[in-house]
Amino acid sequence: MRVSRRELVKAAGAAALFPLPALAQGAGPKVVVIGGGFAGASAARFVKQQDRAIAVTLVEINPTFTACPFSNGVIAGLRELRAQQFNYERLAETGVTLAFQPATAVDAQARRVTLNGGTQLSYDRLVMAPGIDLRFDGLPGYTEAAAQEMPHAWKAGEQTLLLRRQLEAMEDGGTVVIVAPANPFRCPPGPYERASLIAHYLKTKKPKSKVLILDAKDAFSKQRLFQNAWKELYPDHLEWVSLSQGGKVNEVDVKERTLVTDFTRHKASVANVIPPQRAGAIAQSAGVADRSGWCPVDPATFESKLVPNIHVIGDAAIMGGMPKSAFSANAQAKVCAEVVATLLKGGTPAEPRLINTCYSLVAPDYGITVAGVYKPTNGQLADIPGAGGVSPADAPRSARALEAQFADGWFKTITGEVFG
Amino acid sequence: MQATRVSVAMILALLANGAALAADAPAGAAGCSGCHAGNPRIETPVPPLSGRPAADISTAMIAFKAGQRPGTIMDRIAKGFSDEEISAIAQWYAGQK
Repeated sequence: MRVSRRELVKAAGAAALFPLPALAQGAGPKVVVIGGGFAGASAARFVKQQDRAIAVTLVEINPTFTACPFSNGVIAGLRELRAQQFNYERLAETGVTLAFQPATAVDAQARRVTLNGGTQLSYDRLVMAPGIDLRFDGLPGYTEAAAQEMPHAWKAGEQTLLLRRQLEAMEDGGTVVIVAPANPFRCPPGPYERASLIAHYLKTKKPKSKVLILDAKDAFSKQRLFQNAWKELYPDHLEWVSLSQGGKVNEVDVKERTLVTDFTRHKASVANVIPPQRAGAIAQSAGVADRSGWCPVDPATFESKLVPNIHVIGDAAIMGGMPKSAFSANAQAKVCAEVVATLLKGGTPAEPRLINTCYSLVAPDYGITVAGVYKPTNGQLADIPGAGGVSPADAPRSARALEAQFADGWFKTITGEVFG
Repeated sequence: MQATRVSVAMILALLANGAALAADAPAGAAGCSGCHAGNPRIETPVPPLSGRPAADISTAMIAFKAGQRPGTIMDRIAKGFSDEEISAIAQWYAGQK
């Protein structure tokens, strides 16, 4: 059939005037997931595995996912960024519908998500996993433009490469300053793993240089293990300044590449500023975030305490004792998938048990871990007493090497489970 | 025509994805697969659990819990589960292919 040019234009005009939902969701129960990171992509995949009759749509802006765990290795030149990158092709093969568009609004009353461009997705249950937003209003002087000079590298991708290039371009004898935020924030041991691997790079390639951590806290994850390892491996290359030693940065002077504390102006050769954070913007506009900027949820179902029929998982959620880690996000997603499938069938979800395991590398062959087992207790997800904790302080170097090997297996397994 | 092609692709995808997290998984079982890969193609030193005899998994977990089996991290995780929970998880994994 030949269609005249005029008819084509007419048809296009009609479609623009009356936009039809571009994504068919079918007649079964509908689940929409916002955010395709470790939490959201896992949730989409496992809801579909729970019950193939559920129409699952995953809304994500970027067709390429860049994983944060192990991205400190990219900064330190130990691996390439492409080893961090995954796509959603296998996820699509499992029957999950993908919408590579930003979600612009959530109408909780009508149970509808609007995407950029006007497409609307209705849901019976919505899973929100928007991750974090960096608060460019949280540290005076540190704006989005400033991040191009002083990378945060707290969302893996271009920022990771920018920090790496700055380290590579730095002359020997320079000072790398890492600004670490107050709690809570994504990946609690992350700044310290990063400092360790940068110190490793400097010790190997630029031995007259050093890393300085300016911290808004007096304590941090795996602290004793990190500090013991620093004494052993990097006595001349790494220094940590705690809150009580004046480590809190109050202002960033981008032009002078200087970090300002109560007592000192620290001039940096390379500055890595990890600013305060909050749940991703869509969580704020959907009304699932509270005044803290994070999302309170029921500890057994992860349903929002503020808006019904919406579950929030991953870094954006307040999960009691569970840290904001990729493993936690994936573990919460699997529980959430089971909860959502059970609720859609009219059932009652069982009380969950959750696990977190988190590996940090202090050097390429020196791994340390923290683990935890959690259950709902008094309205919070709480550590099960006696379980979990960090690697032994007195473990031999062979145990650290073994944990470094397991770290590598950990990354392959978790990314394989989500994206493979 | 295009619709037919799509549905054939979907069916093939269905067949290709064997390992499923069944709805009857006991509490805690879902967490294991973050480290113990369900997909045998994943290269990791961590042993798989699916299809292992339940007694092997239970014995190992109870020994980890009691500090009688050396481990890097499982000694810390096993302490979070009761013997009954361990038994349920072990039996469930034994039944997975």
